[in-house]
Amino acid sequence: MADHKYIGKSAVRVDGKVKITGAAQYVDDLEFGPGLLYAAIVESPHAYARIKKIDPSAALKLEGVVKVVTGKEFPYRFGLYMHDRYVFAQDHARFVGEQVAAVIARTPELAKKAAKLVKVDYEVLKPVLDVETALRDGAPLIHPELGKYQHVPWFFPEKDTNIAHFRKVRKGEPLKGFEDADEVFEDTYTVPRYAHCSIETHGAVGLFDHSRRLTVWAASQSPHTQRHLFAEALAPLGITHNDVRVIAPFVGGGFGGKAGVSMEILAASLATTVQGSPVKVLWSRAQEFYNTYQRQGVVAKMRLGVKKDGTITALEQKLYWDAGAYVEYGANVVNAAGLSATGPYNIPNVHIDSVCVYTNLPPGGPYRGFGYSEFLFGLESLFNEVAKKLGLDPVEFRRKNAIREGDILNYGGKMNPSGLHECIEKVAREIDWGKKRVSSDPKKAIGKGFSLFWKAPAMPPNAASTAFLKFNEDASINILVSAMEIGQGFLTVMAQIAAEVLGVPPTKIRVETPDTDRNPYEWQTVASHITWSTGNAVKNAALDAREQILKTVSRALDRKVESLYVEDEKVKSREDAAFALPLRDFVINGIMMKDGTFRGGPVVGRGMFMPEFASALSDPKTSQGGKPNVHYTVGASAIEIEVDRETGKIRIPKVVLGVDCGKVLNPELLKGQVTGGMLQGLATVLYEEMRFDDKGRLLNANFTDYKIPTAMDVPDEIVPIFVEHEQPDGPFGARGVGEHTMIPAAPIIANAIEDALGVRIKSMPITAEKIALALKEAAALRKEEK
Amino acid sequence: MKKTIHFTLNGQKRSIDVAPTEILLEMLRERLGVKSPKCGCDRGDCGTCSVLVNGRTLRSCLMLAVEIDGAAVTTIEGLGKDGEMSPLQKTFHERNAFQCGFCAPGMILSATELLARNPEPTRDEVKEGLAGNLCRCTGYTPIIDAVLEVSRKSGEGK
Repeated sequence: MADHKYIGKSAVRVDGKVKITGAAQYVDDLEFGPGLLYAAIVESPHAYARIKKIDPSAALKLEGVVKVVTGKEFPYRFGLYMHDRYVFAQDHARFVGEQVAAVIARTPELAKKAAKLVKVDYEVLKPVLDVETALRDGAPLIHPELGKYQHVPWFFPEKDTNIAHFRKVRKGEPLKGFEDADEVFEDTYTVPRYAHCSIETHGAVGLFDHSRRLTVWAASQSPHTQRHLFAEALAPLGITHNDVRVIAPFVGGGFGGKAGVSMEILAASLATTVQGSPVKVLWSRAQEFYNTYQRQGVVAKMRLGVKKDGTITALEQKLYWDAGAYVEYGANVVNAAGLSATGPYNIPNVHIDSVCVYTNLPPGGPYRGFGYSEFLFGLESLFNEVAKKLGLDPVEFRRKNAIREGDILNYGGKMNPSGLHECIEKVAREIDWGKKRVSSDPKKAIGKGFSLFWKAPAMPPNAASTAFLKFNEDASINILVSAMEIGQGFLTVMAQIAAEVLGVPPTKIRVETPDTDRNPYEWQTVASHITWSTGNAVKNAALDAREQILKTVSRALDRKVESLYVEDEKVKSREDAAFALPLRDFVINGIMMKDGTFRGGPVVGRGMFMPEFASALSDPKTSQGGKPNVHYTVGASAIEIEVDRETGKIRIPKVVLGVDCGKVLNPELLKGQVTGGMLQGLATVLYEEMRFDDKGRLLNANFTDYKIPTAMDVPDEIVPIFVEHEQPDGPFGARGVGEHTMIPAAPIIANAIEDALGVRIKSMPITAEKIALALKEAAALRKEEK
Repeated sequence: MKKTIHFTLNGQKRSIDVAPTEILLEMLRERLGVKSPKCGCDRGDCGTCSVLVNGRTLRSCLMLAVEIDGAAVTTIEGLGKDGEMSPLQKTFHERNAFQCGFCAPGMILSATELLARNPEPTRDEVKEGLAGNLCRCTGYTPIIDAVLEVSRKSGEGK
């Protein structure tokens, strides 16, 4: 392994001081002057309704109200992967909270007051609130025009149904696989919806100036994708990509919620109706819960065929996703999960149906884990049950079937380098697997749970990253990229990569959040692919700059270019130890020759990365033939819990997560991903859950009723283990890891509860109440048997 | 009917006319341009709007501006001295005790109050002291560690 100066070291964050001093600006901190207008949204109170008439007259009478805007002004369909949504509801509202109209006024208070005066006549329709109802024959169609919708070539909607996308994966001979099995086990697991709960809510400000320039400032994971979607959606107004500019300040948490375009389209569209004045749309915490992307619920029905020795012969997974009212982003979650719903196992015969189902609940969409957490809960729970019934140790069962480098993936490609088996060994050792601890308190039961996990970036095959790199007089550097710092430490890692190539310390490298006019293209900051993809672009930009530097020195000072290298902010020579030319002497001004002319000049590097080997095209009936996934990051995780036999309350003495994300570029930042992701995952299994009533209204749209973890809820110990099998096409061997750290949380808890108490809970979240009730039921059952 | 209030903000004397219904958070952000207290929930759940009022952290989204008449208000902008960050700020920075940064100002103010009242807290006391400030990124572990480290260091200095 090469010796690195900055890579693999815990460089302090380049965005640290600005955040820790309160200087960091988030979208609501920006000043727009006295002309700023505010929008308030008129929302549908019904999950499904026909909009008969909108009467804005009472609202318009209020002094200070500038405009009331409805769907009539924007009759355009748009979306990321499928054009199935609108700026405002058109003839139908499809979920409670959907934007039906907006009031633009001079103060936020006035806008809110006026929004209440907009009168909307609805014909209330019977809503479809779960996948079972949506899939029934004769179910009301939520999108009767589905057959006409534009979508990416890898989606397969079924017209005249509520199925927006049907991903089929067929590998080997599933029928034969089940015939060859000694035993077949089947079960159903369910996962509800979840909210991202970034502490910063969504916000966006749009300005359509008098030159018809549309600028949007947004809390965003996806500045360029937003520019593209704004230009697409508003094209009928004559707006082009060249007219649109997205500026992304710091973001107060993303987790997928601020990817794509959700409420930001409102700021962009409303701005065009009040030319010359900026308009702010800021989501309240309640709106953040019910009108942004939500993590989709899933009903997972699975069958597993196994030999007596624990060899898996076949897996059938039927995943029915509650994707909500609009699936332009969420259908790709369904797609990605479908391709990978075996988990990191080498299963020869596979039958997966991953079905994206429209319902009259808020739109589903990207959430850290992108479908993998959802299917893994059921799969890894079932694996434990199967191991138990076969009389095998759950870790041994996993070890036997875990995937290895070169194994054939579900869609036919080969598995990338993977330290999965090493992760299994190390995690098992760290949690003392096989050693049963007994609590001194008879009321407490102790249990351990184990799970593997994997995830690949879900992205279009041509998702690209680019970077500019420019030197300043003092040999400090500015890197311009358009991926987002959403807390993960992206800016710091990019500085480390450039530092390594150019011999300039990260403290002298500035990387900031983007402006699509100034910074080069980036697809989106999602899919745990930025360190890998943008990292490659930055590395290429740095290599480009280094080549210019060395060539200039070679040309001006007549030294062989092969003999030159950069180190400690100087160009040095392998042939002449005395030679050391500081970069600051020439990276802007060039090198003066004897005749007073100069060679070189300002050094500006450019870099690009696109995975040219990827393809989303495959046989729709089997998913065989393409290469939809660029690589998988894999790992294993284990937990020890102490659970109260009466109340079901859980304490977590220890949790371990071992992951192979290739070369670790910054161990401290990676540890941050483990502690943060794990707690986020544990909360989804222990208490978080979005609850809707029978009219489709969200019942817990605040932090009092939708509890997220506090400092009191932290496990006593979280042990991260990093295994480093380098990714051949990653920058210095790195691959993605941001989402993975929360993916195994649900099954390790479910399996530990079963280990401790002997009860198997098949629906998330596994609350203390659910455990207590399950224990009661088990006790009653035992009594009956006696 | 507006009322003139007088208070100190980060060590400077200020006076301003406020309406009786005006919220402290809005006054700080919109009228005085102090942007580090953020609005995360607008109902006292998340703690990201926390400010120190006479040394106690309070939720500025739940306080009326008139209530700070005569008080000393400190936001994160006022924690440093002579251009130097406070020991807590420095340690948060060095120990990666924040990610997106949105909760950091409120979190550091709560930690500041905690250490002022209890210079040598136990791990559980730190958890309890920070339980009113939500963070979705870090999983809190690095934050708790950072606070304990500052406490330990200042203890050694005695």
